[in-house]
Amino acid sequence: MNLRKYFKVYKKFLYSSFASELEYKTNILVDLITAILSLIGSIFLLSIFFQNNGYIGGWKFEQALIIQAIYTILNGITNTWFNPNLTEIVKHIREGTLDFVLLKPIDSQFFISLKKINPSGFLEIMLGFFLLLFCIRINQINLSLSFLSLSLITISCSICILYSLWFFISTTTIWFVKTWNAIEVLRSFLYIGRFPLNSFSFSLRIFFSIIIPIAFITTIPSEVFLGLSQLWKILLEVIVASVFLITSRKFWIFALKFYSSASS
Amino acid sequence: MKSNLINRKIFTLLKVQYSNMLEYRVEIALWAISGIIPFFMLNIWTNNNLYESINISDVLLSRYFLCAFFVRQFSVVWVVFSFEEDSLMGKVSPYLIQPLNPFFRYFAQHLAEQITRFPFALIIAFFFFIFNPESLWIPNLGILLLSIVSTFLSFLIQFLIQSIVACLCFWTEKASSIERLLFIPTLFLSGLLAPVVSFPSYVKSWIYLTPFPYLIDFPANLLSGNETNISGGLSMQILWIFLLFPLFKKIWSEGTKKYTAMGS
Repeated sequence: MNLRKYFKVYKKFLYSSFASELEYKTNILVDLITAILSLIGSIFLLSIFFQNNGYIGGWKFEQALIIQAIYTILNGITNTWFNPNLTEIVKHIREGTLDFVLLKPIDSQFFISLKKINPSGFLEIMLGFFLLLFCIRINQINLSLSFLSLSLITISCSICILYSLWFFISTTTIWFVKTWNAIEVLRSFLYIGRFPLNSFSFSLRIFFSIIIPIAFITTIPSEVFLGLSQLWKILLEVIVASVFLITSRKFWIFALKFYSSASS
Repeated sequence: MKSNLINRKIFTLLKVQYSNMLEYRVEIALWAISGIIPFFMLNIWTNNNLYESINISDVLLSRYFLCAFFVRQFSVVWVVFSFEEDSLMGKVSPYLIQPLNPFFRYFAQHLAEQITRFPFALIIAFFFFIFNPESLWIPNLGILLLSIVSTFLSFLIQFLIQSIVACLCFWTEKASSIERLLFIPTLFLSGLLAPVVSFPSYVKSWIYLTPFPYLIDFPANLLSGNETNISGGLSMQILWIFLLFPLFKKIWSEGTKKYTAMGS
């Protein structure tokens, strides 16, 4: 495992995908407007929930905005890295071009997960950051070193869980060939990450924390921001994230044993 | 003689597309599952007793969201994505030579997909009633027919809008990002995530002039037995179709003149 080599390769990836994406400049502008409208829409929806109620699932409107902000950042990351790369796996497998990836003297998971980049997602990440800064102000959160490190840990764990979920579903393409719609199912489930976990009924809460841990992705980092989170929850998130990451790696290696290329 | 030929054309197109769609049963089942977001929203509404503030009973609200799910299932349109792929791959050229507007082909594709999807939607509804037995109801035949008509009109409106966007492919090659942009107001304003009655009055004052509430809110209200203006809604739907159809014809004839096949 040569880190320097991987770093160098990644720089080349960045360069080539930036060059190809900047071909479609108006597209990036349209995507930016889409991200802004989508954020406005979700805040609008949230305001409908709060118009006659002070609290939803124990969260105030200002507090629920933090969840929106973190969701927007994570969605931006998904659109920048996970979506363009992992939907490509489907194409690689259907057309048999995964052969070329496997033959390269580089880790196949690294290649497949980071090859492409979609720069319009950056704007969404920035949008989320601005909203987060705004939330820190209106909720009067004191920034301290321990708070910053805790929030950084929980958000990176969320990114790991999110990546593993995407990668896991994309990997199943090796057996089912067309999993485009399974990704749509994941997308619709991720949608509930926009709302506090406590606003859902008990059975849904269980489902989204044990079977598909979407609850961890946005609610726990937001609780850290508000200083409400208990230590065991943060520890649990770290454990879940590492389990997911390791399993997704193992699953990829396992799945490759069943890969038989196209038309053979 | 001529009408006989047209009949045969329609019948053949539908038959071919239906057998094509049956090939992808699993995908369509997954797609049906990915439409369950209205149920998550319903869960937030009922779990936080939000329905009290908008004067809709618990039962009627759950019926509304079930109907919203159904209307959405039978008005999903993806013609932009098919057309973009076909035009980038150069498949549009042979279609243009045939004595049949290629959009009829896509139209048949959508209808066939809806027929395939029907049983899966029924299964999801069945599970919904198991969990919410008190919301079970049987709409009378007249209302059922009217709501099928209005769902179909909603499908037509969306199909026309997307076909117009798809025709932009003749100019920009990547029209799907414009469609993703248009999808955001459709998502938030159509009533899929919250019934239009619950919207704040500054939105309600202008929203009925846009096509959005007639896409999901109106047919879902009609079917679920919530209060709605039947003749007004239907006539607005028809009005939008009459507005959009000439626009589509115009942009289609302009676009085909502009069209140059890939690689020529």
